[in-house]
Amino acid sequence: MIRKPLRPLAQIFSARSSGENPDLIELANLRERAQIQHGLILRKTQRRLIMIGGIFIISFGVIGLRMTALAMTDPAEPKAQSMNNDISVIRADIVDRNNRILATNIETHSLYAHPKQLANPSATALRLSEIFPGIDALELEARFSGKQSFLWLRGAISPEEKQAVHDIGDPGLLFGPREMRLYPNGKLAGHILGGTTFGKQGVHSAEIIGVAGVEKEFDELLRDPKSSGLPLKLSLDLTIQSALEKVLRGGMKLMNAKAASAVLMEVHTGEIYAMSSLPDFDPNNRPIGLTKGDQSDDPLFNRAVQGLYEQGSVFKTFTVAQAMELGLVEADTMVDTKRFRWGKSVIKDYRDYGPELTVEKVLVKSSNVGTARLSQMIGADNQKAFLASLGLLASTPIELIEGSTAKPQFPSNWSEIYTITISYGHGISGSPLHLAAAYSAMVNGGTFISPTLVKKSVSEIGPRVISKKVSARLRSMLRDVVNTPEGTANLGEVVGYSVGGKTGTAEKTSKAGGYDAERVLATFASFFPSEDPKYVLIITLDEPEDRMGKEPRRTAGYTAVPVAAEVIRRVAPLLGLTPKARGMLNENLALTNE
Amino acid sequence: MKNLLLGFLIIGVMGLALWTYSENYVTKQSLDEIVQLNKNIAKARSRLRVLNAEWAYLNRPERLSKLVNANFDELKLLELTSKHFAGLEQIPFRSPGIEPMVDEAEFNNKIDVP
Repeated sequence: MIRKPLRPLAQIFSARSSGENPDLIELANLRERAQIQHGLILRKTQRRLIMIGGIFIISFGVIGLRMTALAMTDPAEPKAQSMNNDISVIRADIVDRNNRILATNIETHSLYAHPKQLANPSATALRLSEIFPGIDALELEARFSGKQSFLWLRGAISPEEKQAVHDIGDPGLLFGPREMRLYPNGKLAGHILGGTTFGKQGVHSAEIIGVAGVEKEFDELLRDPKSSGLPLKLSLDLTIQSALEKVLRGGMKLMNAKAASAVLMEVHTGEIYAMSSLPDFDPNNRPIGLTKGDQSDDPLFNRAVQGLYEQGSVFKTFTVAQAMELGLVEADTMVDTKRFRWGKSVIKDYRDYGPELTVEKVLVKSSNVGTARLSQMIGADNQKAFLASLGLLASTPIELIEGSTAKPQFPSNWSEIYTITISYGHGISGSPLHLAAAYSAMVNGGTFISPTLVKKSVSEIGPRVISKKVSARLRSMLRDVVNTPEGTANLGEVVGYSVGGKTGTAEKTSKAGGYDAERVLATFASFFPSEDPKYVLIITLDEPEDRMGKEPRRTAGYTAVPVAAEVIRRVAPLLGLTPKARGMLNENLALTNE
Repeated sequence: MKNLLLGFLIIGVMGLALWTYSENYVTKQSLDEIVQLNKNIAKARSRLRVLNAEWAYLNRPERLSKLVNANFDELKLLELTSKHFAGLEQIPFRSPGIEPMVDEAEFNNKIDVP
């Protein structure tokens, strides 16, 4: 831009010649220049303002349009985040310690009807009744012609049934997807697994909720989407559970017992390898509980966990252990075994064992009097504290919903007569599971364990209840119960494995009051191998009767012990225990391989 | 100079816009693929579950023991008992057919010996 000079010579000269002040010209020019400058700045500022305004209008316009668009369109899930959604809704599997499936889900279909859309209600009802035996054709037809526009027909149907319903070809019959809980092993471990039922039902899905056993205990965990894909690993071993149930079922039949239960537990960790209660049920088709009669006859009743029984002589082990632990007696100390009277009761033995026996023989021959004398030395408070330390006075922490309800019963006033009867297992009740845990503590070196159904990776050592020395002494005494001819469990010998244990035969209380000699509960609490125990096995038979001899025999030595021996014979090799006495292998074995 | 820089910038912005545009569509396509893959995974998983359940059902101890009984003539499978264990000394080992080495010279590699 060519600037106009402030003092143009032409104007200055003409002003001078006309006698005017030439400075005025400069001032006028300065003013003009300032005006031009001002105009420029004004335009520049205006442009900027317009630009800023434009930017604001555009950006707010974009935001406004975006908001309108968002408000007008249907919401859609971000695709990238919908990953793995399908997996998380599924209830987790339950597996055994070797990852074999105990409970899983399969996809099936539910069947429902829109009666208004049915082409031929009467024919459809008839054909449905042919496919599903539970459906009554006439009744269904009546429901089809009712006012309802929606009808559930079946919760979960098999693929074959679905195809058959498809073949009817009625447009009013519809299917919805359904997850179904499946227990592939049927009755096996039914009491432990419990069972499930459908919770809230919709056309597209239904909630599966646990109703009993571990399914209910771990319901939250199994349904938790975070744990999806990770199965719940139990301590059970499917093979061993199967062998145990098979032998127990046979034993129950052979001994004419009305029910039976068994617990097989690892002595150091408290892991339950197998647990059974007979009669049992199939969790795939969980029966409805008994509404009348004796609840303990219900197949749903888990005797091993819920069944509280007076267990009899198996408790003598605890009395002897405590007496030795307190230093009151040694294994060879003589104990008075003459029958005696206490208040109204006479304390006597099943058979007369003479005036006195050693502590060891008291246990081997199962002398009530001898144990009663020991308990008198121990005293009520000590006895109660000791039994409590073994977990025999509280419900077990087992991971079953039924576990917490089984609280042992014992007298609130622990008087001396109760001290005496409790010393040999009367006047106190507990479940076979309580017994298994307490026996584990007795033989594992003397530390308390709590029973568990969940596989543990590390074993925790519980508080000490008896010393290692007493535990070792007790093991050899309990071994004598089995391997000496006078022992009450001398039918319990198993080739290759040394078994130790204690029998208990408790008469059941009769309805008329008192005890019924013909109805007993036979228990054998055993452990093996006896020198370094790995497992505890409790076998309980309810009202057994061995009718093979002239007179029916009911004591545990003749009923529960042979069953336990057979269980150990079958199960010990499966548990990977090497038999002690080897060399029994058939010499032809090498030849058969060639 | 200024104009050249401006030109480059404009071309750059256009290039980036083009790239973003195509990238957007690639992403959308990938997302669709993921959805499809997820569907396939879900299907495969459900199939796997059914197969696992079927496997567990076919291998349930009850059925296996029935099969063992039914095929006893052929398989002669028995329950495992302590009698089936043997000591190592009871197993007849095959005598080694290889002759003992006579010439040891070739194995005495003197170079490796310090």
